[in-house]
Amino acid sequence: MGSFQSLPDDHQYRTLSQKTGFSLDQIAILHNRFKQLSQNEETLRRDDLKTIQDLESNPIRSEIIEAFFDRRNFQKDGVGSVEEIGFEEFLTIMSYFRAPPHHITEEQREEMRRAKLRFLFNMHDTDNDGTITLEEYRHVVEELLSRSGALGRETAKGIADAAMLEVASISVGHMAPDEFYEGITFEHFLKILKGIEIETRMHIRFLNMDTTVLCK
Amino acid sequence: MKMLLLLLLLGFGCGLVFCDQNTSDPHGRRVFPVLSINYDYVQMPFEVSLWILLASLMKLGFHLIPRLSGVVPESCLLIVVGLLVGGLIRVMGKNPPVLDSQLFFLCLLPPIILDAGYFLPIRPFTENAGTILTFAVVGTLWNAFFVGAALYGVCRLESGRLASFDLLSCLLFGSIVSAVDPVAVLAVFEEIHINELLHILVFGESLLNDAVTVVLYHLFEEFAHAGAVTAGDVFLGVVCFFVVALGGVMVGAVYGVLAAFTSRFTSHTRVIEPLFVFLYSYMAYLSAEVFHLSGIMALIACGVVMRPYVEANISHKSYTTIKYFLKMWSSVSETLIFIFLGVSTVAGPHAWNWTFVTITIFLCLLSRVLGVVGLTYIINKYRMVKLSGKDQFIVAYGGLRGAIAFSLAFLLSRDDFPMKDMFLTAIITVIFFTVFVQGMTIRPLVDLLAVKKRKQSKCSINEEIHTQFLEHLLAGIEGVCGHYGHHHWRDKLNRFNKHYIKRCLIGGERSQEPKLISFYNKMELKQALMLLESNSSANLSTAVTAAVPRQRSRKTLNISKEREEEIRKILRANLQKTRQRLRSYSRHTLMPDAEDDDWSETLLRKQRVEMERRMSHFLTVPARRESPPARRAPVESDSRALAARPSVLISISDETSDGPRESRGRKPSVKFALDAEEQKLPRCLSDPGPDQLPEEDEEHIHQTD
Repeated sequence: MGSFQSLPDDHQYRTLSQKTGFSLDQIAILHNRFKQLSQNEETLRRDDLKTIQDLESNPIRSEIIEAFFDRRNFQKDGVGSVEEIGFEEFLTIMSYFRAPPHHITEEQREEMRRAKLRFLFNMHDTDNDGTITLEEYRHVVEELLSRSGALGRETAKGIADAAMLEVASISVGHMAPDEFYEGITFEHFLKILKGIEIETRMHIRFLNMDTTVLCK
Repeated sequence: MKMLLLLLLLGFGCGLVFCDQNTSDPHGRRVFPVLSINYDYVQMPFEVSLWILLASLMKLGFHLIPRLSGVVPESCLLIVVGLLVGGLIRVMGKNPPVLDSQLFFLCLLPPIILDAGYFLPIRPFTENAGTILTFAVVGTLWNAFFVGAALYGVCRLESGRLASFDLLSCLLFGSIVSAVDPVAVLAVFEEIHINELLHILVFGESLLNDAVTVVLYHLFEEFAHAGAVTAGDVFLGVVCFFVVALGGVMVGAVYGVLAAFTSRFTSHTRVIEPLFVFLYSYMAYLSAEVFHLSGIMALIACGVVMRPYVEANISHKSYTTIKYFLKMWSSVSETLIFIFLGVSTVAGPHAWNWTFVTITIFLCLLSRVLGVVGLTYIINKYRMVKLSGKDQFIVAYGGLRGAIAFSLAFLLSRDDFPMKDMFLTAIITVIFFTVFVQGMTIRPLVDLLAVKKRKQSKCSINEEIHTQFLEHLLAGIEGVCGHYGHHHWRDKLNRFNKHYIKRCLIGGERSQEPKLISFYNKMELKQALMLLESNSSANLSTAVTAAVPRQRSRKTLNISKEREEEIRKILRANLQKTRQRLRSYSRHTLMPDAEDDDWSETLLRKQRVEMERRMSHFLTVPARRESPPARRAPVESDSRALAARPSVLISISDETSDGPRESRGRKPSVKFALDAEEQKLPRCLSDPGPDQLPEEDEEHIHQTD
């Protein structure tokens, strides 16, 4: 997908810029980084990302790496995951972390919010079925607590269960005796994270980055 | 109500009049005095206590008058009371006391600042640190110089008394009057509940501009004494600013670390834990004041540094004590400050000059507006969340002046500054203007402009989980980009904190506890305590709601002590570590209050059991028909049913953990064992199925007879 020459091609950059919203400079910088990570090949693999030292101490490392190869993040109705990605997909993932531009309308802001939350949702929903089940949620909490020593899976279970209960009570309210809560759907996910301003918090300052100096 | 207030005022006045009376002994032979008056002996503490008592009664009175507290902010009312009291004293022929600067800076100000610093919301503060610093430093400098220079210009133009003001005096006056006052800002902003961002901007600015004010004040005072200013002096002034600010912060940080370290060893003497917090903070303030460093910044730094570690170490009761004592002291201080402002207004020598005063007020407003607009224009280029026009208006309008300006002016020596009285008058007028006019109108303006209010923060475990997830995600993405930004450094700081600092400063196993778990525990504890408060009677059987079908109501029994012990054992088996952590928050070594502890622990456990039951009903596969036979067998066969329960729990979790065995094809979920006791707890959301509980009921009844 998207084979690039080693010299930056303006036309291709421009199409990418239109698609993802990055400026040409930012795309050039990210392309350098892509080449650095993929050792000058045209595609990136999971192992390439695993070599990044900064990710070593990150508790949700595997989820982050997985997100790069998840087809759902590339296009609307993608399913499954791929083994390797090209620069275009890399840029698409990065575009989820752009800050909202200053003058955008409410609908655009809401759209951006949904897109970012969808990205987060896909990270949790590993089996692609559209809901975050209790098991998946438990897994998330365990990962978060995994770097903090052996505090037991039970505490993680307890926390995940309490969180699930909270989601249920917020989204569904009263439930009949025979019902049970299947899992968090995307709509419920939107509701519980209404308090966090995702569109401003989930961003990286791509403004001034010189990645060639800071290696790895 | 009004009569009551009048009487109180009268009592105030009389009390103060009596202060000066001396009873002199008659000449000649004295009869043995059965009853005598010796007021001098208790004069000082008596007066202080009387002031504080009457101030607090005033505060009480205001809140009893329903409409008043909604319209007029408390600070205004207190100043009016001070004016009345001062007037009363003047009428009685005595000289009203003036707000002594030493008293103000050493006794009245620190509690307010410590309260603000200890409970400073760290996240919004650090996120907006750049903006706050810009407003505090650059904004205050701009204000000081603009007001000073413009005033000098006006004085030059004006002939007469004002012509004697030289540039340095004007600049000094400008620097005193331009500092936004934390006390006034707190007093007014507390009541209007605007959103967090604006609150932290104005409030943070008022705290951090202390360094600038201190430096400018001493600088101009020195220069006025010396007479001439050289370029070298200006350079030294700049250096002085950095020394004052950073020195204050460092002093505060050192004391904060000491306090955190001390709190690690207080597990055996819980009673004096709050004392350490207060003493170390106060010492930080005083130590900074010794070297003319910024005491306010020292106090803030001390509170911020010590808080996470101290809170992990101290007991829950100590935490509550600290919170309430700080609130109490700061409230009393604030009340006294405003009342004294009022009294000092009546007392102090005044030199009223229409031109000076009106020009001052006008210049203050103008410089504030210009400063805020200009700085925001520059700052918005670097901010992610831009400050809109409305935000700028509130920030500009919220720049209130207060007692610090007054006290600083009061400290001026009359020899160097013969126009001190005029300064004082002008400052008092500015203070009154900002507190009354701006303070009273800001609330309707906030409503009119539809500024975002503070949102009710619910303690949500989901938000906490996702916030942490997001932080790690952003740090990871920054790693992938190779970009060392905010998140990367914050992540590094957190890891450094966890590995090195927490190990030193937090005692016991809590040093390893991650934030998520402590948050969860705190939330649980809060919920349990809420349950404790709502069930005011110890008889839990009365809490059965109407949702319980009628045939079960006769089965609700009181829970005996042995049952409680058994429940405790079961739960301990499953939730050991979390339980211990909760224990540490509720234990105290004051008195053998064992019943209290047991009861609260029991209720904590009930709440936990209740929550598990709710969870089981939500998260359970409705394949309950399969499980009861499996459960009943071991339970019935054992006469001591509870010895079997742990094994029942284990067997159930084993059963459901094999996914493929779930024939319905639903996702596996865990079922917690239903305890018979649970039916007595209030049912919130769902009922267990009718097929199960009758068996358990029978079990229960069978065993207790």
